[in-house]
Amino acid sequence: MAATEKELRLRDSQLAQRKDAAAASGRPGDPANAIECRGVTKRYDSSKAGLSGTTFSIRRGEFVFLVGPTGSGKSTLMRLLIKELDPDDGRILVAGRDLGELTHKQLPFYRRNLGVVFQDFKLLPDRTVYENVAYALQVTGSSRAEIREKVPDILRLTGLATKLHHYPDQLSGGEQQRVSIARAFVNAPPLLLADEPTGNLDPETSIGIMQLLYRINRTGTTVLVATHDSAMVDRMRRRVIELAEGVVVRDQLDGQYAPTDMSTAEFGALLREPAPEPQRVPKKREPGDDFDEAFRD
Amino acid sequence: MSIRFFTREALSSISRNAVPSFAALASVLVTLLVLGVFIPIVQATTGAANDVRGQVIVNVYMKSDATPADAQRVRTQLTELDGVKSVQYVSKGTAYAQERRKNPAAYDLLGSNPLPDTLRVTPKNPDNALALVSAIEPTTPGGGRTTIDPSIESVGSSKDNTDKILTATRVVKLTTGLLAALLIVASVLLISNTIRLSVFSRRREIQVMKLVGATDGFIRWPFVLEAVILGALGALLAILLLGVMKVALVDPLVNDFALLSAPSTIGFGVLVAILLGAGIGVSALGSAISMRRFLQV
Repeated sequence: MAATEKELRLRDSQLAQRKDAAAASGRPGDPANAIECRGVTKRYDSSKAGLSGTTFSIRRGEFVFLVGPTGSGKSTLMRLLIKELDPDDGRILVAGRDLGELTHKQLPFYRRNLGVVFQDFKLLPDRTVYENVAYALQVTGSSRAEIREKVPDILRLTGLATKLHHYPDQLSGGEQQRVSIARAFVNAPPLLLADEPTGNLDPETSIGIMQLLYRINRTGTTVLVATHDSAMVDRMRRRVIELAEGVVVRDQLDGQYAPTDMSTAEFGALLREPAPEPQRVPKKREPGDDFDEAFRD
Repeated sequence: MSIRFFTREALSSISRNAVPSFAALASVLVTLLVLGVFIPIVQATTGAANDVRGQVIVNVYMKSDATPADAQRVRTQLTELDGVKSVQYVSKGTAYAQERRKNPAAYDLLGSNPLPDTLRVTPKNPDNALALVSAIEPTTPGGGRTTIDPSIESVGSSKDNTDKILTATRVVKLTTGLLAALLIVASVLLISNTIRLSVFSRRREIQVMKLVGATDGFIRWPFVLEAVILGALGALLAILLLGVMKVALVDPLVNDFALLSAPSTIGFGVLVAILLGAGIGVSALGSAISMRRFLQV
């Protein structure tokens, strides 16, 4: 990661002042940033859920959790990033490109560079696991040979090799989410967005899903996960961006789900409850190391 | 990807959505069946009405002392008038023979021939019959009537009859035209509504396709192709049924009913082409239009 902890803290303190200036400036995006939001504002008529002047950036290759209570704007941000919505104000840059400049025609080609994972999986119900994943390749115009080669590969990687010809409703929630991750990753996108990927899953299954996302991150893909799963965030100790009422209120490296004072982070860790699955998490190790262990080839 | 891919997608989508597909096919079938019956009926009716209109003529009665030379001169004048299709000369004797045949007793009573030489003028357009009368018998500035030739006694326009025939045929034409228009509008609405329902039931699928990065065309073509296949199937079935009806019901009756043998009725081949074109065109257009709303994601 290029940004050090110091830099991030500095950024925290300066966010408010920089918000408006950044929104107004027309400077091009930093190509080292996978995502850059500058003063992004989105209002809805009916409710307060939205964003007001959200500013942050995510470097390439980072694994970032986006946390915050319901209505804090997490999903709005996700929908803005896949350009399902357009911001009322501010700019969103992905890989240095301004999403506001994308035309309707360019949109599909932009989305092919994104992997998207949702809480409700969003699988095509009338297609098998294989066909669901293959569809993401078909839309890019891949040849049949390419599809026959890549799809079984990615399904083996996600642990679905035996479920190729099952339909989504024949699978468990965790398996469906694996299919959706396989579909999101089959094109090897540089950026993967996951909106509450474990929202419908039990803790045990969630670990498997997070492992997958982590493994994807280790291939160089930037991963942004919006989540309520405090246990997962606390254990993985990645960068955490917290939103409240549409504003970034916290941006921490090695963050936890709940806000803690940086100086007392160690103390907080000591006071924490034991990890939810003691049999799977050896207590002596640092929480972040479990994943390195799990994915050692 | 190729046409083959889209065709495969369309066919498998028909089999996956069997019920909406059947509904679309059935609505095309019923609509075209009605159209297929109605078009020849409208044509036969207007054909019959036109036959009646063709009988509208203007009788120009010569004075009783007019010589055949006068008649010849008048005839030339009439032929030169605008809107005259043909002029037929009926001499006193011919007229007497014709009329006597209708009512021998009455003419026997008369003893002598009271009928004048007559020029039967057929107007090019029956609607202009009355204008033609005015042309042959213009109004003088004083308000009376004069004729274009002194040897003309009077112009028998059979004004009332002409009026009645023209009004009646106009009503028939208007009614059938209006019915045909209504029927076509209803058919288009029925088909497009059925297709819209089937597209609506799959809006989630379309949304997922968009998220994966499918272009509008990539999503639209299988749907349109599906509609084309269903439209063509419905049209073919309708044509088959119409063919059976024609052979079984209409053909045996042709000799007995003048209306059925009206020469102007559409040829079966042309009817088949129209129905096939309408079935395919309306379905394809309907699905393309219905899709548009759901593609705006």
